[in-house]
Amino acid sequence: MNQAAVSSSQPRIHARRAGFFADVVTVAIRALRSIPRDPEAIYPALLIPVFFYAINIGALQDVAERIPGIDYKAFQLPVAIIFAVTGISRAVTLVTDIQTGYFDRLSLTPINRLAMLLGLTVADFALVVALTLPVIAIGFIVGVRFESGLLGLLLFALLSGCWGLAFTGFGYAIAFKTGNPAAVNSSFLLFFPFVFLTTVFVPREAMTGWLAVIAIFNPVTYLLDGLRSLISVGWDAQALLGSVAAIVGVGLVSGTLALAALRGRTRRR
Amino acid sequence: MDYAVQTRGIGRSFGDVKAVDAIDLAIPRGEIYGFLGPNGAGKTTLVRMLITLLMPSAGGATVAGYDVVSDATEVRLRIGAALQDAALDMKQTGRELLRLQGRLYGLSRRDVDTRLSELAGLVDIGDALDRFIGTYSGGMKRRLDLAASLIHNPEVLFLDEPTTGLDPISRARVWEEVRRVNRQMAVTIFLTTQYLEEADALADRVGIINRGRLIAQGTPAELKRSLSNDVVIVHLDAGANGQVAEAKAALAALDGVADVDASGSEVIVQVANGAAEISNIALALNEHGIHVNELTLRTPTLDDVFLSVAGARMEQEAGS
Repeated sequence: MNQAAVSSSQPRIHARRAGFFADVVTVAIRALRSIPRDPEAIYPALLIPVFFYAINIGALQDVAERIPGIDYKAFQLPVAIIFAVTGISRAVTLVTDIQTGYFDRLSLTPINRLAMLLGLTVADFALVVALTLPVIAIGFIVGVRFESGLLGLLLFALLSGCWGLAFTGFGYAIAFKTGNPAAVNSSFLLFFPFVFLTTVFVPREAMTGWLAVIAIFNPVTYLLDGLRSLISVGWDAQALLGSVAAIVGVGLVSGTLALAALRGRTRRR
Repeated sequence: MDYAVQTRGIGRSFGDVKAVDAIDLAIPRGEIYGFLGPNGAGKTTLVRMLITLLMPSAGGATVAGYDVVSDATEVRLRIGAALQDAALDMKQTGRELLRLQGRLYGLSRRDVDTRLSELAGLVDIGDALDRFIGTYSGGMKRRLDLAASLIHNPEVLFLDEPTTGLDPISRARVWEEVRRVNRQMAVTIFLTTQYLEEADALADRVGIINRGRLIAQGTPAELKRSLSNDVVIVHLDAGANGQVAEAKAALAALDGVADVDASGSEVIVQVANGAAEISNIALALNEHGIHVNELTLRTPTLDDVFLSVAGARMEQEAGS
């Protein structure tokens, strides 16, 4: 036994709680740093929206623009943005941490448990806002302009980022709950009803039948209304409030699920 | 006495299975305590309770003076742990991982730098600190894992099978590092292992666990001395398994034989004076027509202790 060392009076560096904010920053720095090291997770988010933007315009522009007052390139830009930011998160990285035991290593520290989730979402927000920029740039290249001006463009990117952030909760809920990468990858399926059962191809007025009914209850409908209003109308308070309500509603549901799953994962059994 | 780790009847069940059953431990500060047992004996379950990742279902424990259930955060501030598989993020560099770990323990940048310079030497990672962890060898990952568990200068370090899967050279390096951490940094070390020689080489005291129960405890020398005998191993011919019972009976009847056990085609004979008795053993086996492949005389090992208290060799328990 190391008696001599035990009685040593050499000053020691002592651990202490870093604090909630510092924990969030630490987790966020790691998550942000990991983004460029994981480019395969970003490429689809860059390519898919551009692909669908080109396909939708190419296939439907002539037909859709028979509807009076519609500029289909402007109409499709928010759709491309939704494709870019919906379902983008660090959930796959999180599940890798769970599988490799790194999550246990983090759990062994005095880190605030909530910071383990919030730090990741900070990085997600930065990423999804960044992902909107190339899509907006393409919109500008093909001639889309914002009636609401520069401020409207910034709000457009902010709302898009907030939507992306609101949706991340589903991925994290599945990651915390299952710890299974296949389950997290399959959470992409949630994307389809949200994104396709809405005004993705034509405005609500032109929709008929069951799809028109479902679109009324789909929060993405209201998100798209708000985003489109910034491009085509200017400042439409009602449309923007609808967007905010859609983001908050989805965020509350997904966030509640993610927090419950986080609690389950970090609770000692 | 001020104990680094103290458990009182701690236990953990999974359904009907008692993975850990009413274990009492008292480990003084500064000790290297080796927790020895076969795979599935309950070592990892006990460690996970002591490092606050798992709730005990019976009894309790204090680590560094704090209750593992009610004062989990205080415990976490005072312990480090390197679990069975090196828990690392392959897409960070070693330095990034250690810095992150330090920040989570509230260390200032200067503190982290101080510890980084101390640990870089201690665990001998050197220039590799700035490479991605995914490029490290198994031994380097283990050493980085050890460094990460030490970045905040813990009072108690838990090492769960730290050398499993390592080659002999890497294993020897980890042993040396464990000794240095204990000697230079005054860290109490709780080490689980399934390797007898590891417990023998590193631990001040050894606890032997089997099927969730602590079945023996003491210094390696005390445990071996508890047998108070030399050991003669009789290796029967491969085809002579049917003669094991006969050999046991023949040898048990000899004067000077303290105990006879069998493990597979081996008969393990404890004798007070091995040098004096080995010829009698050979003669007795010959008289009974028992075909012997090899006779070995040696002093007791921890495996003999395990055999004596558990009734089987460690490898057999692991396979059972």
